Amino acid sequence: MTAILTNLFDGVAYGMLLFVLACGLAVTLGLMNFVNLAHGAFAMAGGYVCMVLVNRMGWPFFAALPLAFVSSAAIGIVLERTLYRHLYARNHLDQVLFTIGLTFMSVAAVDYIQGSSRVFINLPAALQGQFDLFGVGIGRYRLMIIVICGLLTIALQMVLAKTRFGSRLRAAVDDPRAASGLGINVPQVFAFTFAFGCGLAGLGGALSAEILGLDPYFPLKFMIYFLIVVTVGGSSSITGPFLASLLLGIGDVAGKYYVPKMGPFVIYTMMILILIWRPNGLFGRTAAR
Amino acid sequence: MSASSDVGYHAQRHARWHYGEVAFWLIVLACGFAFPNRYLIMTDILRLALFTMSLDLILGYAGIVSLGHAAFFGVGAYAAGLLALHGIVTEPVLALVVAGLAAMVLGFATSFLVIRGVDLTRLMVTLGIALLLEALAERFSNITGGTDGLQGIEMQPIFGVIPFDMFGKAGFFYSLAVLFLLFLFARRVVHSPFGLSLRAIKNNPLRAAAIGIPVNRRLIAIYTLAAFYAGIAGALFTQTTAIASLDVFAFERSADLMLVLVIGGTGYLYGGLIGAVVFRMLQELFSTITPQYWQFWIGLVLVVIVLVGRQRLHRWVLYVPNLVIKQLAGRKAVVAVPESDA
Repeated sequence: MTAILTNLFDGVAYGMLLFVLACGLAVTLGLMNFVNLAHGAFAMAGGYVCMVLVNRMGWPFFAALPLAFVSSAAIGIVLERTLYRHLYARNHLDQVLFTIGLTFMSVAAVDYIQGSSRVFINLPAALQGQFDLFGVGIGRYRLMIIVICGLLTIALQMVLAKTRFGSRLRAAVDDPRAASGLGINVPQVFAFTFAFGCGLAGLGGALSAEILGLDPYFPLKFMIYFLIVVTVGGSSSITGPFLASLLLGIGDVAGKYYVPKMGPFVIYTMMILILIWRPNGLFGRTAAR
Repeated sequence: MSASSDVGYHAQRHARWHYGEVAFWLIVLACGFAFPNRYLIMTDILRLALFTMSLDLILGYAGIVSLGHAAFFGVGAYAAGLLALHGIVTEPVLALVVAGLAAMVLGFATSFLVIRGVDLTRLMVTLGIALLLEALAERFSNITGGTDGLQGIEMQPIFGVIPFDMFGKAGFFYSLAVLFLLFLFARRVVHSPFGLSLRAIKNNPLRAAAIGIPVNRRLIAIYTLAAFYAGIAGALFTQTTAIASLDVFAFERSADLMLVLVIGGTGYLYGGLIGAVVFRMLQELFSTITPQYWQFWIGLVLVVIVLVGRQRLHRWVLYVPNLVIKQLAGRKAVVAVPESDA
């Protein structure tokens, strides 16, 4: 019983992490209809920035996390302004090719700068080990992830639902032409959202070094996971991807624990079945844009 | 001239063999005799060309973007490897066909999943299928040899008379023959009314359905055919290299494949062949400059191609040949990449 609860806990932490990593993609892919396969590269950038700051320069871990966010967001906004925005109107094939190219470049570049082996971020002692809560083993680091990601999720939901920017974004996504007719600066809204999503990915990358492992092949290895979150979750709200990432996280952890020999088989089969059953995602709108 | 006979006339004119095409194949054949110590890399190019042609059939003609075409390549490769290893079908040509059919069955089965949904769902499903197969191949390592791959494959002579030699000469001409035969068939298919209907579907599925084209059935048919081609390419890979390992399913293989096709241009069959040559040469060039990081430059090529625009790039490349033709023959350019946008 306690093993199940521990697994559930780990699964929730994993799922939360996936959500933070992938929710930027939910906006670009789901809302702006841009197939960004290079999303993992931004996450990797954040992870490596955090690693360099903590391990090489001796920054405290919690001070390095915001910087991981900022640096990924900065890379994101530069690339968005210079490259990505030319491709919004292109077809999916071009977008796929372009972002695969970016991914390859990022993989080779990080390999060149930092070497190809897996890196670890030195964690403060307070985050290491686990404690027992009613007999359930709770990892401190995973608990921190749940707290941070949970707060972020609530904040995101509030921003989207309550603020002026949130309503602008929703308007821009629903109908860009009408939105710009109403005086909303649609490209600016998109650029900002894109950068913010990249920043979140960077933060997720920094947090995930301990759990998912951080090496130059990160963008390729986890690309499919991010895509699963978005396609299965659908794009109508932030809740869809959130539930999908929890599902994926719990499913993956449970799958690895109970049927280790099947490997990632369970996840892929589930994804294909869900997509066949509902091509627009579990929580998606029925009308395709 | 009525409209329908006009269409027929143009379709037939396009389907006719040009001198350029004959020259192209003669050059390919001549390469086989001109560079006797380069058989291995040339065989590699031929395999890649066949594999790319398979993607061109679904991407260039039917407009299905696939990120998991390596699935069929892998199935063909493992099928050929297992057939040879366990001595089930020892004659290479027959084994090739059987391996192709195995991939074709998978293609047919998965085509129902692929035709559902929009581009994004297709991307995910094709990618998922390839990853699924990779996981399966890893799981059943007692059959596939796991990460070590199938080893100790010994190929019997082709038709029982032509043995595979260590310089790869037999392998090269064998691959060339297979490629040419399959090219002939593909050429026939894409110029048939069936092929024309595929183009109609690609341009506008709704309109195609409205004029009475059974869209889903056509897509299933071409997807199955493409799977067969990819399976044959995979089987050739195993037969000429005598190895099959897990990386036949790798995502990089599918991604590289797209790059090859895009370099060569989609929707005129030769794109795969030209792209394969250029891609391998680029790869050689980059890996001599930076053995470990050539992927960076490959990625850069992709990014540049997309940013410049595929159409514009092909116009630039064809500018000089067209100018020469115009001057010499005094007529409009004949070398042109058909408008192709998947």
